[in-house]
This record gives sequence, structure tokens and C-alpha cells, in this order.
Amino acid sequence: MNTWSWGYVGDILPDLLKGLGVTVEATLLGSLVSFALGLVWALALRSPSRWVAWPVGAVVEFVRNTPLLVQLFFLFFVLPSWGLTFSPLVTGVIGLGLHYSTYTAEVYRAGIDGVPAGQWEAAVALNLPRRRTWTAVILPQALRRVVPALGNYVIAMFKDTPMLAAITVGDMLFQANTIGATTFDYMEPITVVGVLFIVISYPTSLLLRALERRLVR
Amino acid sequence: MTGALWELFFKGVWITVQLTVYSAALAAAVAFGVGIARTSRLRVVRFLSGAYVEIFRGTSALVLMFWLFFALPLLGWQLAGVWAGTLALGLSYGAYGSEVVRGALGAVAPAQREAAIALSFTPWQRMRKVFLSQALPEMMPPFTNLLIELLKCTALASLLSIGELTFEAKLARLSTGESAQVYGIILVLYFVIAFVVTRIMRLAERRAKASVGRAPEISGGLFSRTPAVTGTAAPAAGGGKP
Amino acid sequence: MSADTHLPKDAARPAGGTELIRFDRVTKRFGSHTVLDALDFTVSAGKHVTLIGPSGSGKTTILRLLMTLLTPDEGTIKVGDAFLTHEEKDGRLIPAGEKHIREVRKNIGMVFQQFNLFPNMKVLRNITEAPVHVLGLGKDEAEERARGLLDLVGLTAHLDKYPTQLSGGQQQRVAIARALAMRPQVLLLDEVTSALDPELVAGVLDVLRDIARTTDITMLCVTHEMSFARDISDDVLMFDAGRVIESGAPEKIFTDPEHERTREFLGAVL
Repeated sequence: MNTWSWGYVGDILPDLLKGLGVTVEATLLGSLVSFALGLVWALALRSPSRWVAWPVGAVVEFVRNTPLLVQLFFLFFVLPSWGLTFSPLVTGVIGLGLHYSTYTAEVYRAGIDGVPAGQWEAAVALNLPRRRTWTAVILPQALRRVVPALGNYVIAMFKDTPMLAAITVGDMLFQANTIGATTFDYMEPITVVGVLFIVISYPTSLLLRALERRLVR
Repeated sequence: MTGALWELFFKGVWITVQLTVYSAALAAAVAFGVGIARTSRLRVVRFLSGAYVEIFRGTSALVLMFWLFFALPLLGWQLAGVWAGTLALGLSYGAYGSEVVRGALGAVAPAQREAAIALSFTPWQRMRKVFLSQALPEMMPPFTNLLIELLKCTALASLLSIGELTFEAKLARLSTGESAQVYGIILVLYFVIAFVVTRIMRLAERRAKASVGRAPEISGGLFSRTPAVTGTAAPAAGGGKP
Repeated sequence: MSADTHLPKDAARPAGGTELIRFDRVTKRFGSHTVLDALDFTVSAGKHVTLIGPSGSGKTTILRLLMTLLTPDEGTIKVGDAFLTHEEKDGRLIPAGEKHIREVRKNIGMVFQQFNLFPNMKVLRNITEAPVHVLGLGKDEAEERARGLLDLVGLTAHLDKYPTQLSGGQQQRVAIARALAMRPQVLLLDEVTSALDPELVAGVLDVLRDIARTTDITMLCVTHEMSFARDISDDVLMFDAGRVIESGAPEKIFTDPEHERTREFLGAVL
């Protein structure tokens, strides 16, 4: 039975913080991908054409109902055989972004549905073109409503980034694992990683709750 | 794909289902225990249960799993991989589930409490006969969402070399080199399990609603689930992705 | 206040008295409920017509059909020389395409019960948005037009505010300015004071009276404000169960209605 060593924590902290940098980078890039792709899905799902809405709906359901980790393995091992070679981090960002886009699509859908019918009617009465109605009237109002919900998915994604360690991305868990494998002492590295997750995600979720209270009157 | 590989996959499916069931049972126990504790009149009980939720919701399920598997043995407790996985998933999803329980209990009309007191039920009878029975139908849709998330999360156990579906896929990939085929099949298998789980939960939801005399609302779609998030940031509310 | 300088004076505008709107056997159903039953009626250019009648009698449906927020189940609607929801092709009528509808719809503006201002845009941009993006006006020209209209509705001081910072009455006046900025031939007013606190109604009605008096815009108005209807209307149409049961000059309808249902209705609201 070993005891907790602060000296050891001090030694490994720089490596773990380097991993944290990668974790944050993957989260932010993955978020951007999921925000953009989710919007594409949400708009496609509203398409009057069944040839657009149905296949997109099927893909979204499939991706949402299967594990991110397996999707990451699929991208990591299969994309290169299709001639698409990316770094592990880029592969991870694509995986995170794609997976979470199926959630953000639902958020956008709810946000768009929440815009009052009168806004659409006013746009018709002013004869605004369809594209302009979306970009100037509907989306600005819908996006404002969805900020807190999107923020929650950013936190969820943040907590899912340790999965990227499985495809050799040098995130926090990967660093902790590497350290543990050489020193045979996993206690400090993994504990510190777990605490860092709480230290970042809890205040962020408090901030989001405050933001939500402000945005939703 | 040879017969032997399919055998491998079905063995993996079986372990995945077992992991899901064990973790879900633990998560349900934690969810109701902690969820009810959060409505306690004792401040210290409320604080401790609240702290539990924030800690287990705040950290990553995978990190927790690694901690239980790699770090805990150093304190003298050696956990088999399956139990580290079950414990990590059950404790994490119990925290998410407790928010669902708390939310649904809070939504029961206050008059119901007064009525129950007027009938001189004991506090425990009040909770069981009045609150839980009315709140249960409300909990079912978010529980379904959480259960699917939990099922997906069991894939993480493969990283502890537990022989569930994703781990068997890794073995199959190593032996055949057919990555696209192997992972394609695995994804479809997960999808099928998720579909079956959703259907079972829909049945349970219908029964729970029928037991309080409410007609189930009709919803379309392949999965017929209640939409995960409805623009609210309160992580408990939608119960979609934790 | 010199309203004329800001308001439509379109050379191509049909001369007063010519027919501008024609409903020809228009039927509209919601499910099994028939709201409008083979309705015929016409409105001449420049006239101010008020539709009255019990709720559910189909008045608002008429405005929404004209604004293309609804499509008729049967019959045709003509605005000027063009069909609103149909196109003529090889001598036959076919449902109109988006382009045709947009072209005809340009002639119509609408003010809603709930204002429906765009909450994400300041007052000035609410008014300039459509002139810039539909009529293709330059930003400066659109803003000049908007300022003129804000002057007309008495809100020049508020052009830099968001709609939520205004009272209901002010919002509705902005909505009127926004509709007028498109210089429509026809202005549809759908119970524009129903959502307002009583003390704010007068300001909105005064603006509308001004517009009715000083412009030659055609107005089609659904309202429960009978004294306002009497002031501005050239014609009053009394609706009941999807049909016009009586029509005529306001003096006639309000003082000496012929139909029993009209008497009952007016007795109840006046």
C-alpha cells in the first residue's frame, strides 16, 4: 500500500497540463464541427424533400445510437484505407464533432421550433426571400435560445475526450496512462486527471446555468 | 466473416448486455437513493447527495473507470475489470439519473403531499404510494435516453480488456485486418441493441402511464424517443446526453 | 405632419374606383369546418373596407388568404389583374409558383394583432430590412424612407431601440411603419389593437386615421373598434358563418342595419 506523494504530483503535473491543452483543443475544435454539422442536419431534416430528410434522419439516428468509441476506431482504422490520412487528433475531432452533431441537431430543431409562428408570417408579409428569412429572422432568434443547451454538450464532449486516448491522441488520460505505465503508480496521475475534469466542468456548468437564466428571461 | 468471428461477436454482445444490465441496476438504485435524498429536509443529507451528483457528473466516466481499475488496487482493493466497469458506469449514470428523479419528484403537485399527510400516511408511505408512483411515468422518457447513453458507454470497458463487443471487435480486426467490415458490423450490432432497448423502455413507459391512468402520447420516428434536449441548460431536464 | 411626402404615390397605381381585389367563390376549410363558403366580394382601389362580425365568422381568414398565409381550397383571388394563388398557362389556371406569388404579394402589406416585429433587429432595421432585401433599395434610401415613416407614426426618438424596449402601442406603430415602407397598394389590418392595453389603443388608431385620410392606400381592416370603423370606412361588410350577410356605408350599417344578425351583433359590441 503506497501513500499519496505531492512530490510525485509536482513531477507529473507539467505532462498532465500538456495533456489538458490537447484535451481542451480537441473539445473546442470538436465543438465547432458539431455546431456547424448539427445545423446542417437540422436544416436538412426540415427539408420538404423526403429524399433529403429521410436519409439524413437515418444517419443521425444511427450515429446517435452507437458508441463514440467505436466510431473513433472506425475512423482511425478505416479512413486511411480510403486514402484519407489524418493525424490522430484530427481524426478525434472529426469523431467528436460528428457524434455530437447528432445532439446539436436536436438542439437546433428545438430552437427553430421555438421561434413564434408570427415571425414566419411577418417575413411572408414583407415578402422576404426564403434564404433571407432564415439568415436574418429565424436563425438569429433560434441560436440565441440554444446557446445554453449547446454549452452543455460542450461540457459533455469535454468529458468524452479521454476516449481519444484510445486512438493515441495525447490527451490528459493518455498522459496519465503513459506515466502510470512507466512508474507503475497510477494513483496520482489518474486522480489528478479526474480532479481536473471536475475543477473545469463544474464551474463551467454553473456559468451556463447563470447564462441560461439571463437568456431565457 | 467466418463463423468463428460471428461467435466472437455474439459472445461480445452477451457481455455488453450483461454489463448494461448490471450497471443500469446499480445506476437505478443510486438514482433513486440520491434523488430522494436530495429532497430530504435535513440540510446535511441534501448537501452530501448534492456533492455526490456534482462530483460524479463533473468527471469523466472513462477516467473514473481507469481510476477504479488502476488506482484503487494501490489502496489494496483489486477490482476485476467487469466490476470496475460496472461500478464506474453505475455511479456516473446514477448521478445523472438522480437528477431525473429529483426533477420528477419536484413536479408532483404540492397538494398531493398535503392530501397524503391528511390521510396520515407515514413519510415512507407518502414517498412510495403518492410521490414515486406519480413521478415514475415522468421519469421514463429521460431514463430511456440515459439507458441508451449507458449502453454506448459500456464500449469504454473494452479499454480495460473486458471481452465485450468493442473488445471482441478489436480482436477480430487484429486477426482479419478487415477494419471497415469489423467496425461496420459492430456499429450495426450496437444500433440493433439500442433499438431493442428503446422498444422495451417504451413498453415499460406505457405500463407506467397506464398504472396512473394516463394514455401514452403517440410519437413517431424510428426510435420514438422523447427529444433529448429542449433548449434548457439544466442538465437534469432533458436527460439526453449527460 | 406631411404624410404624403413619405407615402406611396405610385403612378402605376390603379385609379380610384377600379376593382383591386376580387374573391371569386372562395372556400376555405379547416378539417371538416368550413370557414369560408364560396365567398364572393370585391374591393375597389383606394377604398377602406372594414370587416365586422362575430369571432369565427371568417374575417381574419380573408386577410390571411390575401397575405398568402393560407391557400384557398376552392375559388380564386385576384389582386389587380393577376391571380394571387394561380397562374394562367395555356388558358388554364394552375397553382402559382413561388416567383409568381412573390410578384403579386409585393402589392400587399399586413399589420398583425401581435405586431410580430423582429426582436433581434432594432426599430430602424425592422423597417429597412424588407425594402433593402426585397425592393433592392440602397441602405441610405431605405433609412430615409424609414425615418419619414417613423416621423409619421411619432416614434423618431426610438429608432435605435429594440422592440422589447417599447410599449405595445409603440411596437404596433413600428409595425405599421414597417408595412408601409414596402409601399403596398393594399394594407391589411388584423385586429391591430386587440392585444393592446386600453390606454394605448387611441395612439395606434390615430395613426391609422391619419394614413386613411392622407393617402390613397386601400385598407382592409378587421376590428372590434366600431367607432374607428365608422370613422375610416367607406364600406362595412358584415360577416356571419363564412358569408357576407350585409354590406354598405358605415352610416347605414351602424344606424340602420337590415339584417337581424347584424342588429344582434352590433347590440352586443356597441
